[in-house]
Amino acid sequence: MDFGQFIIMRQELLLIIAAVVILIAEIATSDEKKGSIIPFSLGLFVLVTAVGFIPGQEGTLFGGAYQSTQLTMFMKNVLNLAVLIVFFQAESWLKKPENLDKISEYFILTISTLIGMNFMVSAGDFLTFYLGLETATIPIAGLAAFDKYKSQSAEAGIKLILSSALSSGILLFGLSMIYGATGSIYFADVAAKIAPTPLIALGFIFFVAGMGFKISLVPFHFWTADVYEGAPINVTSYLSVVSKGAAAFIFTIVLFTVFKSIVALWQPLIYTIAVATMTLANLFALRQNNIKRFLAFSSIAQAGFILLGILGAGDLGMTAVVYFVLVYVFTNLGAFGVVSAIYDASGVETISGYNGLYKTNPNLSLVMTLSLFSLAGIPPVAGFFGKFFLFTSAAGAGYYILVLIAVLNATISLYYYLKVVKAMFIDQNDQPIPTFRSSMAMRIALVVCAVGVFFVGFASGIFEYIRSISQLFLN
Amino acid sequence: MNILTLLVVIPILTIISILFTKDLKGARVVSAVGMGIQLVVAAVLLFMYLGARQTGNMHEMLFTADYTWFKSLNIHYSIGVDGIAVAMICLTAIVTFAGIFASWEMAYLSREFFVLLILLATAVYGFFISLDLFTMFLFYELALIPMYPLIGIWGSGPKEKSAMKLTLMLMAGSALIMVGIFGLYYNSAPNGGPLTFNIIEISKIIIPEKTQMFFFPFAFVGFGILGALFPFHTWSPDGHASAPTAVSMLHAGVLMKLGGYGCFRVAMFLMPQAANSMAWIFIILTSISVVYGAFGAIWQKDLKFINAYSSVSHCGLVIFALLMMNQTAMDGAILQMISHGLMTALFFALIGMIYGRTHTRNVTEMGGLMKVIPFLAVVYMIAGFASLGLPGLSGFVAEMTVFVGAFQHQDMFHRVVTVIACSSIVITAVYILRVVGMMLLGPIKDPHHEHLEDAKWYEKLSTVTLLVSVAAVGIAPLWLSEVISGSLKPIVDKLAAVIPF
Repeated sequence: MDFGQFIIMRQELLLIIAAVVILIAEIATSDEKKGSIIPFSLGLFVLVTAVGFIPGQEGTLFGGAYQSTQLTMFMKNVLNLAVLIVFFQAESWLKKPENLDKISEYFILTISTLIGMNFMVSAGDFLTFYLGLETATIPIAGLAAFDKYKSQSAEAGIKLILSSALSSGILLFGLSMIYGATGSIYFADVAAKIAPTPLIALGFIFFVAGMGFKISLVPFHFWTADVYEGAPINVTSYLSVVSKGAAAFIFTIVLFTVFKSIVALWQPLIYTIAVATMTLANLFALRQNNIKRFLAFSSIAQAGFILLGILGAGDLGMTAVVYFVLVYVFTNLGAFGVVSAIYDASGVETISGYNGLYKTNPNLSLVMTLSLFSLAGIPPVAGFFGKFFLFTSAAGAGYYILVLIAVLNATISLYYYLKVVKAMFIDQNDQPIPTFRSSMAMRIALVVCAVGVFFVGFASGIFEYIRSISQLFLN
Repeated sequence: MNILTLLVVIPILTIISILFTKDLKGARVVSAVGMGIQLVVAAVLLFMYLGARQTGNMHEMLFTADYTWFKSLNIHYSIGVDGIAVAMICLTAIVTFAGIFASWEMAYLSREFFVLLILLATAVYGFFISLDLFTMFLFYELALIPMYPLIGIWGSGPKEKSAMKLTLMLMAGSALIMVGIFGLYYNSAPNGGPLTFNIIEISKIIIPEKTQMFFFPFAFVGFGILGALFPFHTWSPDGHASAPTAVSMLHAGVLMKLGGYGCFRVAMFLMPQAANSMAWIFIILTSISVVYGAFGAIWQKDLKFINAYSSVSHCGLVIFALLMMNQTAMDGAILQMISHGLMTALFFALIGMIYGRTHTRNVTEMGGLMKVIPFLAVVYMIAGFASLGLPGLSGFVAEMTVFVGAFQHQDMFHRVVTVIACSSIVITAVYILRVVGMMLLGPIKDPHHEHLEDAKWYEKLSTVTLLVSVAAVGIAPLWLSEVISGSLKPIVDKLAAVIPF
């Protein structure tokens, strides 16, 4: 075996090296200097992300169990970028005294899950897919329980690990049926042999249920709000953006390649789940006052919109999903960044606590507003373009009524996003959050998000690039 | 640079300049200068347009430019104007200019106020110059969203509730529009070839009637919501009553016209068969709008509510006239849009100024204002006369044309609805004269009102600008109607091809 060909896996290998280097750095630094691990890791990860953008080689490894294409490389870059922003946002939180002794754990655990996600996205068979999924999930439970003196955080960890284990079991059960019916676990072989038989239909439903837990689709979403609320904010933002984004990527890939020929079977199923997810999540989000729970339900609703892209099975659908996730990275991390900055400075995490924020912290309020408008799909920010293309994809498959339901849902979502805007700009407060200046790293992260939210939509080149690599991937 | 792109660029530059100002004085001067330039550009555009038509340039759209944006979806930044759009752009420029001066003393968060107000105007210009449904829709939504903070922050009364109601209802309308746009897009290439969002190209093909019947209601009702189509007009009175002066002016004067404009440019122009088959439903609804709005205005005591209901009535007449689908009536519809835009902006400006002095908008608490603030009172009276359709002012020209056009239909149904709609003229006279009588004439009711100050220079500038425009449309309507009717021709021809008339 030629070791040179492992260069195809360079993104995973880089991450593994990064994790190991951080581990060594942890051993090598004395207790007083633990804080210096933060800038070191940030610098290291900037490097890893930058290297990822160098055009790489396509190809397959391990007899087709691992595949790397332009599209998967792009997806991994999106995930890397998201993690980088999360790291920058986490800086001031990690510097707190209670976290000083576990800084490297945060980085190593996060990078480990990212490695799992990268393998998952690059999977060429169900085994790699499943291994990647598990690698991606288990460390997150540790992250969710990171605030070890907070019972809520521990609860979040337990909830996450239990529901993940259950969903993995269901997923595996479904995969075993598909294996039984087709006699293979390789995507290409399964795709060739798949037919709408009852066994495959059953296996497929289990598969969707398992994935539904990961992407938190209704009715598999019950863990989301509690975990999002209990976990530290920087873990929540990771969960809601990176974890969900990666799961959406692989879900789309598997549906568009492996289950392509039984599209008539899965479209009604996805249709129903999409309607349920958008509507129920929106209705729940209306009543939240805790900003993290609020963003949790909002992110469930966003997952429902992603399904619209999936329904337009084809390269436009693939493009719309990948593009939307890219937009969503900037958008949601912008919102979470503000939440995190405010929590670090004042400990406030309720919507009513944000009353009068514009008077004291105008810039944070503006970033938050920009992000919320982008989540609601208001032009001219990127969220509008992301949603519009998802809807274009669904309308292209003839789902006009679904598009109508989705846009009406977007209108409902506008109501609760505007409630936050109202709190910041209109409502009066005797004791507003005092004026503060967040750390340099946080400000860089927020500026990156704001710029991304503002310009990704106008830059049609990004969309066209994704479109071209999606076409390459699907043909 | 293309003069149309300039129309979007100038407001954006103005917004950026406002961000560098420090206080109210800087912000308002920059805004006034920016919108003044914009007014000049709009006037130049008008003369360029007339000049081009005189030299025999009979293309449907002039000053076109086209840049590919999203290549694989065939989305373009495509712009161009015909006479109707030019008229609308001039209306927008006048109302925005007057609006800046009407909010000359906006002390609270003044920079933010002017930024949002001009952002709203930017989006409106963008909407009127767009020939591509995608950019048109983008500008349409962009025009709606600044309303929320504008009403929510600077409004009065139950402002949060009204702002939310207005935003959500209009956004639900845009949801319908979106479905309509997708329907048009995916049926824009029946013989293969690339799909397109371009209005002119879609208008060249014939979409199957069954498809039209499905998508027409989405597009029409979607835009109709912004045009205060009954029963989706309920956002309008609340929204207008709570909004600050300049926002009411811009919203009733210009933004509601986006609804009427979209109704015929997108829904009727591109789906004529469906428009013809379904017209009767919407004719009934708009007749209700017209009469109901007028009756609603009679029962209100709050000046802003009176004017808001009157807007429902007048905007109803716009869509009513459009649905008559002949040259005269549609001519009247566009005239009515412009006339109503100027009139209602003038009304809201005056109401704001009167409220700033008397601190009440309740007509029963005011009286004899003619004695203390004669300038504002006289202008209010003239605006009222324009609204009730006195010859020589814009309202008469518009309504006359509408009803003459509507009466050209020979059948019973059209005759009856026309007569019903006509009755609104009488009801309008009732509520206008009632307000004039109670508020302006007679003895002074409230002793606090005896020492009010008459209009300041900026208020005079704001109202006189609008008043002159109202009178100009009334005195020289043919000039305006010439700009419009040439451009209406292709639309009417397209409709006439499917209507047994």
